[in-house]
Amino acid sequence: MDYINLFVKSIFIENMIFAYFLGMCSYLAVSKTVKTAVGLGAAVIFVLLVTVPANYMIDNYLLKPGALSWLGEGYADVDLSFLSLIMFIAVVASMVQLVEMVVEKFAPSLYGALGIFLPLIAVNCAILGGSLFMQTKDFASVGESAVYGLGSGIGWFLAILAIAAIREKIAYSNVPAPLRGLGITFIITGLMAIGFMSFMGISL
Amino acid sequence: MSKKAKKSPIFLFVSEEKEPLFSKKNRKLVTDPLNDDNPITVQVLGICSALAITVQLKPALVMALAVMAVVALSNVVVSLIRNIIPNRIRIIVQLVVVAALVILVDQVLKAYSYEVSKQLSVFVGLIITNCIVMGRLEAFALGNGPWKSFLDGIGNAAGYGIILIIVAFFRELLGSGKLFGMEILGHKGVTLAESTGLYALGYENNGFMLLPPMALIIVGIIIWVQRSRNRKLIEKE
Repeated sequence: MDYINLFVKSIFIENMIFAYFLGMCSYLAVSKTVKTAVGLGAAVIFVLLVTVPANYMIDNYLLKPGALSWLGEGYADVDLSFLSLIMFIAVVASMVQLVEMVVEKFAPSLYGALGIFLPLIAVNCAILGGSLFMQTKDFASVGESAVYGLGSGIGWFLAILAIAAIREKIAYSNVPAPLRGLGITFIITGLMAIGFMSFMGISL
Repeated sequence: MSKKAKKSPIFLFVSEEKEPLFSKKNRKLVTDPLNDDNPITVQVLGICSALAITVQLKPALVMALAVMAVVALSNVVVSLIRNIIPNRIRIIVQLVVVAALVILVDQVLKAYSYEVSKQLSVFVGLIITNCIVMGRLEAFALGNGPWKSFLDGIGNAAGYGIILIIVAFFRELLGSGKLFGMEILGHKGVTLAESTGLYALGYENNGFMLLPPMALIIVGIIIWVQRSRNRKLIEKE
């Protein structure tokens, strides 16, 4: 039951985009058509699903104060937590490299469409943010962190899918010239975020 | 730059073109990002952190300064080693440089202003993935000398900081009636009689400003205002 609760919470209530604004750069830049948005969203789900549990293990068995106690008594009070940022980003960067190679091999058209934004998943705040929030949340097990990673990824996917669909339609509307493009996207995202606030307080 | 100069390591520290330190071109590097080439409203970089920490002015200001330190220093470092980084692994090299600088900033913040550091929580760490840092490294520092890169970093971080401060100003003023934690609009008591200033007239804070969606809408409005004043920024269809 805890897992379902965490899953729903990470998708809707603590949505990466609407509650924390993480991954906004690629969210704004790649949301012009639904097709590329789906591709990027899927890549983000996958990378989050892998990196959050991986970083959970690194954090718990290497970095946290006392985490090294499995090496022996002498290591029990070693605190390497200041290294967490650099360890996390290394895991993320190598995972993204892997995804890039897989996408290039199996979906060359998607690879072309995503262009520069595929390697830039490495610097997508949502990915590193997932790991950093995992660190502050103190999950009890690897399973919980995996569920959290999956949920945050799906939340990000839903957000970019929704905004891409809206932007495809809004091309036909008469938006005031200075608001066209970026400005109206910000305001729509704001309104969507207000909508997502209605999920607050839900627990299963 | 002659070929001979390129081989000697000293060239890194010598201004490549003979021009004064604050020539017109160099000044433009700092002033352009403030308006015409603003990282947030025009280049669409670094929005992630810009919105989440703008509920109050103080964290926004600290964040702006932290980003300025990281962007300027990482620009200088990458610009110094730009000729010896192999092109294929440059992203990793840049990430390592940036991550090291961010760890420094994080530790300094924890040491000297622990309260603000708590408020910023994960967003200090997220400077690593702030698109402004990587964007400027890729777009500028890899092709220019250290002094110019430094100015470019300062300019872009200042452009980022200005938007942060504008957003935080409105959110804190309208949302809690304070600026930097001081009560500007008077004190709000429990009853109307106990209140002073605007609150005595029945003014109420707009709690909605404190919620995340308003940050997005304020940035949208800033873009609107900026582009109607500066029409060449309007996007073509």
